[in-house]
Amino acid sequence: MTAIPPTGTTPPAAAPRRSVPWPRVALHAGALAVLAVMLYPLAWLLATSLKPAKEVIASLNLLPSHLEWSNYTTALEGVNGVSVWQLLTNSLLIAGGAVLGNVLSCSLAAYAFARLRFRFRGPLFAFMIATIMLPHHAVLIPQYIIFNQLGMVNTYWPLILPKFLATEAFFVFLIVQFMRGLPRELEEAARIDGCGPFRSFFLIILPLTRPALITTAIFTFIWTWNDFFTQLIYLFSPEKFTLTLALRSFVDASSQSAFGPMFAMSVIALLPIVLFFLAFQRFLVEGMASSGVKG
Amino acid sequence: MTTTDIPVAPAREGHGKPPKKRGGRRREGAAWVFLSPWVLGASVLTLLPMAVSLYLSFTDYDMFNAPRWVGLRNYVQMFTEDPRYWRSVGSTLTYVVIAVPLQLAVALAVALALKFMRRGKAFYRSAFYAPSLLGASMSIALVWRAIFNDGGTVDNLLGTGGWVNRPGWAMLAVALLTVWQFGAPMVIFLAGLQQIPGELYEAAAVDGAGRWRQFLSITLPMLSPVVFFNLVLQTIQAFQVFTPAFAVSGGKGGPADSTLFYTLYLYDRGFVASHMGYASAMAWVLLLVIGAVTAVMFRTSRSWVFYADEEGR
Repeated sequence: MTAIPPTGTTPPAAAPRRSVPWPRVALHAGALAVLAVMLYPLAWLLATSLKPAKEVIASLNLLPSHLEWSNYTTALEGVNGVSVWQLLTNSLLIAGGAVLGNVLSCSLAAYAFARLRFRFRGPLFAFMIATIMLPHHAVLIPQYIIFNQLGMVNTYWPLILPKFLATEAFFVFLIVQFMRGLPRELEEAARIDGCGPFRSFFLIILPLTRPALITTAIFTFIWTWNDFFTQLIYLFSPEKFTLTLALRSFVDASSQSAFGPMFAMSVIALLPIVLFFLAFQRFLVEGMASSGVKG
Repeated sequence: MTTTDIPVAPAREGHGKPPKKRGGRRREGAAWVFLSPWVLGASVLTLLPMAVSLYLSFTDYDMFNAPRWVGLRNYVQMFTEDPRYWRSVGSTLTYVVIAVPLQLAVALAVALALKFMRRGKAFYRSAFYAPSLLGASMSIALVWRAIFNDGGTVDNLLGTGGWVNRPGWAMLAVALLTVWQFGAPMVIFLAGLQQIPGELYEAAAVDGAGRWRQFLSITLPMLSPVVFFNLVLQTIQAFQVFTPAFAVSGGKGGPADSTLFYTLYLYDRGFVASHMGYASAMAWVLLLVIGAVTAVMFRTSRSWVFYADEEGR
């Protein structure tokens, strides 16, 4: 693919070779300019988290006059007497549970939809797809009532349990799409050798589905980590707060003195996502791309 | 899909309707075992709550006392007596209409630019995608509020004062945060662009079609399913925006309710004011509106979405 010139451009082969490919230079200049604007908020965040209180506002200067590391030590003390480590642990617990739940339950459902035959498969599949478009708010209040009756409000169950029940249909769809691309001959050979659907699933299909499962795991982690609405509704004890929810305490804060620590904490809350992104960007970008194109 | 099945082990799996064979029955049973978590989730956490939510929307319910049937009272109040409701509808619709087309236009433009790049494509693709993951976080929402605040960067550069404190402009700030996350639709556009066969362009070039002509006659039609996918997905998401509105407005939907997005008002009615019946009615109207908008998009898509593999059907 790299050797073939991009389609759509008229091949410049006929023209004498110019030393500088100006259209391409312009393209790169444009892309870098857009990138600079896009990265500005992130640079601003990083810079502000290290600024002394009086420089936060009133200065267009991105760089602080000196690095105020105390913002971070203040941030590590946490909010409402709960340390950042506790908040971090809580966030990790919820995100970890959600990842496990989604990977497990969504791959099971996806295998049935992609490979097995059962009554009402068509209508049920259509229903599953439809729930991707269902606004969360339509089920929110009764779900809250259910979890309240079960005594699970202000615990992590409402945040984790639904993931074990394949409620995020987007991932079921993603894995179905991937499984459909796997050759059927593998299972048919296994079936002749006496493999039932369970062994076929665990020994043959699941290992081959790994890219889709990794995509599911990473997206689940990042989305759960970023999720604010569900946590806002279900959690109210400060010691059970996640990092995202703890940042909420700053939403009402208008005092400028809290700015440095607030953005230091924002950086800490973003760090896992940034690390995930750097480590798995290939899976993330390709997972996203394949979700929209094959459908 | 199913018709391409090769019956390797005959009689194990009947193609006929009733799977009378023992093997067929067992496989059917296995399917339900695989499906059981989903079936439980779909019934207990999706279907049942939808029905309950519809019921509650006709009641007065505060979580502590039993729901009291009030008929259409919530809907009547919502549509005729609650100016804040209409303000939330207004700002949400304005936001959807501004943010979604703008975001998709930027996404498509950048995707087209990247398509022509030989070097650095992978780098740009990842870099432009990053905000799509970070942008949903409270951290970035707080950054947004500070940048668009009085004395923030935008104020300093444009001298417009703080957008966050001005009705109308605050909504625009939230919309820009959405546009900033154009990376996700861009990546999908880019993947779609790469699937367009190069021969089409070669043939068009032979026929003397210029770049613009090629874009209109080849790129756009071939890309239309992907445009449609992005449009539906982003619109549905935009109707439900919450975190940035919450952060930008200090959780209250200000100034002058201009960022009181629909979901923020629903949260306020249900979980702050304990009017669960009213919030349920709001949720059902949202469900119907999103359903209707999606249906209209699917219906009109027949005239502009082009599926190459269905040609001549």
